[in-house]
Amino acid sequence: MSIDQNTAARVAKLARIKVEEAALPALAEEFNTILGFIEQLNEVDVEGVEPMTSVTPQRLKRRADVVSDGNQPEAVMKNAPDAREGFFAVPKVVE
Amino acid sequence: MTELNTLGLAEARDALRKGDTTSKELTQACLSAIEGAGALNAFVHHTPEIAMKQADAADIRIKAGDAPDMCGLPLGIKDLFCTKDVPSQAGSRILEGFLPQYESTITSNLFGAGAVMLGKLNMDEFAMGSSNETSVYGNVINPWKVDDRDLTPGGSSGGSASAVAADLCLAATGTDTGGSIRQPAAFTGTVGIKPTYGRCSRWGVVAFASSLDQAGPMTKSVRDAAIMLEAMCSHDPKDSTSVDLAVPNFEALMTGDIRGKKIGIPKEYRMEGMPAEIEKLWADGAAMMKDAGAEIVDISLPHTKYALPAYYVIAPAEASSNLARYDGVRYGHRATLAAGDGVTEMYEKTRAEGFGPEVQRRVMIGTYVLSAGFYDAYYNRARRVRTLIKKDFEDVFAQGIDAILTPATPSSAFGLGEMTDVDPVQMYLNDVFTVTVNMAGLPGIAVPAGLDEKGLPLGLQLIGRPWEEGDLLSSAYALERAAGFVAKPSKWW
Repeated sequence: MSIDQNTAARVAKLARIKVEEAALPALAEEFNTILGFIEQLNEVDVEGVEPMTSVTPQRLKRRADVVSDGNQPEAVMKNAPDAREGFFAVPKVVE
Repeated sequence: MTELNTLGLAEARDALRKGDTTSKELTQACLSAIEGAGALNAFVHHTPEIAMKQADAADIRIKAGDAPDMCGLPLGIKDLFCTKDVPSQAGSRILEGFLPQYESTITSNLFGAGAVMLGKLNMDEFAMGSSNETSVYGNVINPWKVDDRDLTPGGSSGGSASAVAADLCLAATGTDTGGSIRQPAAFTGTVGIKPTYGRCSRWGVVAFASSLDQAGPMTKSVRDAAIMLEAMCSHDPKDSTSVDLAVPNFEALMTGDIRGKKIGIPKEYRMEGMPAEIEKLWADGAAMMKDAGAEIVDISLPHTKYALPAYYVIAPAEASSNLARYDGVRYGHRATLAAGDGVTEMYEKTRAEGFGPEVQRRVMIGTYVLSAGFYDAYYNRARRVRTLIKKDFEDVFAQGIDAILTPATPSSAFGLGEMTDVDPVQMYLNDVFTVTVNMAGLPGIAVPAGLDEKGLPLGLQLIGRPWEEGDLLSSAYALERAAGFVAKPSKWW
């Protein structure tokens, strides 16, 4: 399995990280090194083995579906790079 | 009296109880030590006002006579923990200026018990690194030095390890996703324990890989680790994986009596090319435990070799999902946009500017292994292998093994910058002995056990049964006593 520059560009796009064209060859090479290391997993016989969903035997806890917190819009907005009138502001999304 | 900042938690607690010193004096001693240790770059956000206020409150509590063990003891807090109104950046540019409006459960527990916060500690960005070279704050320097090179304190809890080893604080919090408490502890001659997954609440701790992340204490002795771990642990409804189990008095369980205990030596940890010094340290450790009355048993953990590659699928996969929240909308950095840039450009530019190279690399690897067409081949296969890794441990514990003894790291601390030109996988190999423990959710502790021929500390790791940290600490205490490690770095900073 080898990653070319197009794949590297596609992954960067999926991850929403801007990568300059010039940086793609080195990135693709790094991916290949890491994926080459991961390839060892193909040696393991995993026939009939369940993928782990929880490392401890307990199941996820449940609670009543009720409001347990809230009513603090100032605290929620406090760290926003751009907040206006109680909303997070972002560039135009819909034309 | 020795300088107060050089005390451990237990000694300081006892001195406070006897009225030999005050929290204020302890805190002041640490604050001046920190002031004189800028060269180590361990503390990156200083909170002396908070510290002095907490110290005053602690002294009143101690005088009243009902103070918990941690009351009045000055600590460093890893930058990964959200602390209310105090910068909490996870060592990343993307969280520059972020002031949490809440307190993590662990720091709440510690401060509730009267502990004092001296400031926030440097770390690898988002806890991704083994040398503390990926931090936005710059490298942390190991107080241990044997020539003119600056050495790494390890990572990701490098600031915590350096601060504890240099006596800038009595102890520190750390977190461990693949070895980030135990590897830096080993590199600095300190003690670090990662408890069983679910013991410490993850609420308010910036997430890296949620199925692997656990917090724990980094301390000057095993006894200190027991004291601080107990204060950190709790059942927390705000973390759905937090376990609803009583937290024992770990210090009381720490008898150091290991007569009749079965200590396993896993043959798969004898890696090819292992330095002779590490092999000797390991053999010496086994001999010491045998002398203390334990039975040494050869065991096999057949899937050990696959833990690291499986980790480098699972951890990046979870990171790519967890770090999707850094989008420049709700908190942290937002890139300056060009005219006509839409929301996608905002995300892409913000994340390119805000994340350093190692974080970008892991987020993208995670994105790739989770992407359509590769999910089964990479992610599901890694999760199957993880099941097998855990089963390896279950099998040996079912045979009656009480604890497993291994080296903590494949080498002693290396020079900063020495791994820059090698491929990322070489750096990942630092975690080869520790990562299995996270994959299986088990408790593991690093104990300083000796010096290498250069004079740098080396650590051994003990791995325990799930939820039996008390028993593990007891074995670690026996090892600590037998090894008698007392060396300290000489002050050059």
